[in-house]
Amino acid sequence: MKNTLQSSTPLVSTEDTQPTAPSIHAAAGALSRRDWLKSSGALVVTASSTGFVGLAGMGAGFGADAQAQVGATKPALHAEELDSWIAVGADGKVTAFFGKVDLGQGLVVALAQIVADELDVDYGVVQIVQGQTDKTLNQGGASSAVGIQAGAKPLRFAAAEARRLLLEMASLKLGVDSATLVVSKGVISVKADPTKSVSYQDLIGGKFFNSKVEWNKKIGNPLEIKVKAQPKKPSEYRVVGQSIPRTDLAWRIYATGEFVSDIRIPGMLHARTVRTPMAGATIESVDALSIKDIPGARVVREKNFLAVVAEKEWDAVKASKQLKVKWRQSVEKLPTHTKVFEHIAKAPVVKREEELKKGNVDEAFKGAKRIIEAQYGWPFQSHASMGPACAIADVKADKIEIWTGSQKPHFARDGVANLLGVDPKMVTGHWVIGPGSYGRNDAGDAVMDAAMLSKLTGRVVRVQGMRHDATTWDPKAPASIHMARAALDGNGEVLGYEFTSKAFSRVSIESNEADPHDSLVGMEIGLPARNGVGFGVPLEAYAFQHKRYAWEVIPDLVKQASPLRTSHLRDPVGLQIHFASEQFIDELAFETQSDPIDFRLKYATSFRDQELFKALQEKSGWENKRAHILPQKGSILKGQGVAYAHRGGTMLAIVAHIEVDTRTGRIWGRKFTVAHDCGLVINPKGLRYTIENGLVQALSRTLFEEVQFDQERVTSVDWLTYPILNIKDAPESINVVLLNRPELPPTGAGEATCRVVPAAVANAFFDATGVRMRQAPLSPKHVLQALRAVEKTKPSTKA
Amino acid sequence: MSITSFKVDGLNVQVDGDPQMPLLYALRDDLQMNNPKFGCGLAQCGACTVQLNGVPIRSCAVPVSAVSNQSVKTLKSLGTPEKPHPLQVAFVEEQVTQCGYCVNGWLMTAEALLRKNPKATEEELKEGLKDLKCRCGTHVSILRGIKRAQAKILAGALA
Repeated sequence: MKNTLQSSTPLVSTEDTQPTAPSIHAAAGALSRRDWLKSSGALVVTASSTGFVGLAGMGAGFGADAQAQVGATKPALHAEELDSWIAVGADGKVTAFFGKVDLGQGLVVALAQIVADELDVDYGVVQIVQGQTDKTLNQGGASSAVGIQAGAKPLRFAAAEARRLLLEMASLKLGVDSATLVVSKGVISVKADPTKSVSYQDLIGGKFFNSKVEWNKKIGNPLEIKVKAQPKKPSEYRVVGQSIPRTDLAWRIYATGEFVSDIRIPGMLHARTVRTPMAGATIESVDALSIKDIPGARVVREKNFLAVVAEKEWDAVKASKQLKVKWRQSVEKLPTHTKVFEHIAKAPVVKREEELKKGNVDEAFKGAKRIIEAQYGWPFQSHASMGPACAIADVKADKIEIWTGSQKPHFARDGVANLLGVDPKMVTGHWVIGPGSYGRNDAGDAVMDAAMLSKLTGRVVRVQGMRHDATTWDPKAPASIHMARAALDGNGEVLGYEFTSKAFSRVSIESNEADPHDSLVGMEIGLPARNGVGFGVPLEAYAFQHKRYAWEVIPDLVKQASPLRTSHLRDPVGLQIHFASEQFIDELAFETQSDPIDFRLKYATSFRDQELFKALQEKSGWENKRAHILPQKGSILKGQGVAYAHRGGTMLAIVAHIEVDTRTGRIWGRKFTVAHDCGLVINPKGLRYTIENGLVQALSRTLFEEVQFDQERVTSVDWLTYPILNIKDAPESINVVLLNRPELPPTGAGEATCRVVPAAVANAFFDATGVRMRQAPLSPKHVLQALRAVEKTKPSTKA
Repeated sequence: MSITSFKVDGLNVQVDGDPQMPLLYALRDDLQMNNPKFGCGLAQCGACTVQLNGVPIRSCAVPVSAVSNQSVKTLKSLGTPEKPHPLQVAFVEEQVTQCGYCVNGWLMTAEALLRKNPKATEEELKEGLKDLKCRCGTHVSILRGIKRAQAKILAGALA
């Protein structure tokens, strides 16, 4: 499911040497973008070549010079420096430098396992430094669940290379061939005579390798390095594959560590932004005197960016509530959330893309004996993070520091530099975890707000949102409708299949935070929104002969500073699309008198896919059913449902067992069984919990979550108006079946489970009630509406 | 402006300021304590939970003047790594949290629940915890953690 970007415009240099600029949409107003770059005095670089190139200043090319010149000085941070990836301290501890971040799923534990294995050290001596922009390279921050898949790769290679160099050093020191040496727990010894030995600590502890690695000249997710060393084979892993307990949790449970909102910088001002209640409105006037009774409180404003600051946090909060502002209403009217699917259906198409085409779909439909069609809808959803975002900025003439919980701290650093018109080298980003982030939430705006406020006030500024800031103003996951149709022959075989999504863009603002045009403050001070375009298609492996998967994106509702601007929320567009596509597959199974798992087994024929379904048949308590809905007695109806998908190389299938209370409309997702194949499993328990928690979050989105808005404003502003799942709605049991593939590289697990939950629940709902829920969320209100509608149209249906 | 005196984790404290200021800001801003979190300011999520005279309250929605001369307990005095509460041990053992921003509320609420009703059934636990939010979806492991602690506490009481 790729991001489709309109074009690529070079932006600003972010690293010590020329990197490939992050991919950026063309600005809606290209002129103003150029003006902005000019006025900012920012360094514009051209996109560099793709693929691996020779190392700078190493004429002979890679390999020959990859030797250690151990020294006491650490070379400057650079992807070609081994020391920028890994270090052995004077105490013998190993530090790996990770340019992504762990947002709470235990990624750092898995990384340390990988590094420990490659270096032959104990897990306990490995520590991970993450996200800090002056200590780690830009590996793209948290992104697309590739923390292990992509993020761990350079660390694995660097650790292997460090081991190779240490063996070379030991060979010199001990006067033996390195092939005769073995390593255990960071000690290198002669295999035939273990009394001859030397430790990593003795060889390099506290010093630096000064050795080069080969870099593919990319930053972000695609950043890769190559080394002379051969990483280990899966059969040689000792730590990888074990359920090492999480060592990164205790501080949270004992409250001995800090979240970003716990950081206090001496002399900092507290700030609250004041955003319009009405989408798209601008400021007519601000009555600064309306807060004059609050000690130290004052208004800070730059065009349509408005905030209050005070020495004490509560005074800033009070001032934000008390400040009187006259807003100039926008002419852009919202369609209201209850009419959003009609709006999408009627809206013009900005861009259509056919991402998957196989065979000749139109011909297949011409030859069809029977055509089955259905349409589905998914609402806007909010990140609604556990706490509103917080950030601190200290903008000085010669140096800028930011403290941010952003999921992409390096890009946030670039964004701040671009907003303020300074060289990114001037900015240091301190990454400190915030309340759980699952995509571009409000953290991306908080850090930009803080930077602007620090610049405008000349003080260190801490800004934190109120609940309504977080739920109203965070970037949203896009609403969408999905049209599916299939052509069947006389035997019920699927001849052709067409799936089209029509939707708001997944990236009206980019998930990368490097461009101030994507930030609220940027738009409020007049940078035109980019209104980027992209969506996606189903990912699975159904071997239908003729297929066409397409998406169509419609215009944003409000162009500038919109509370309904869209960006990535966990498994971007995965829930929307597979809620529809995997329900439709179920509808096909039903219409062709097939059991839903048998139907999928018939068309998803690869070995790994087949294993998923077999695992579910064995472990989930699945009852084989061919197109019948058994009448049930009582008001609690039970149902089973299956769904399956791929994501980024990971493949999985799920069975939901649910209960529907026909009196209240409540669905309880009582029991789930997940068959999950993400290649090599690094840490089984950590993986299990990642899957389990992702499942519950997706269940919340399936059952409850919908951004509400009237014609002028978002009206879901807190936990009452934007309800999420509570513990009474949590499943009674979640059984995770891990299909470990040690011979295959690890792929992501942080997002894949999310996309199969909605359809599994909707399919189980159909199994329980005989009623299709083709629009999410499956909230009590919607369930009751759907059940009553059926009662009305089908008088024969017994309640 | 007025001075409010109260106890936090056994220590006498004084806060000078707006008596209507919620207790949470007194704890976080005036007393520089990190454990209660700001989640909503509306008593809807529980991230700011502390105990007042042993009863869990939402410190974001209680004016500081309302705790005058009373005793407030925060997660800081629930237990330490050296002298942990069984709930904390169980949460670490069960690897309960994900981001961990909400965990304060679950621990402070569950502690009071188990103290009041040590043999609470799963249904009773869920009923007592239903007004707490967790955005990471860790509800299943939270319940596992609490039940593990409950079993340990009950076993300890019998021993």
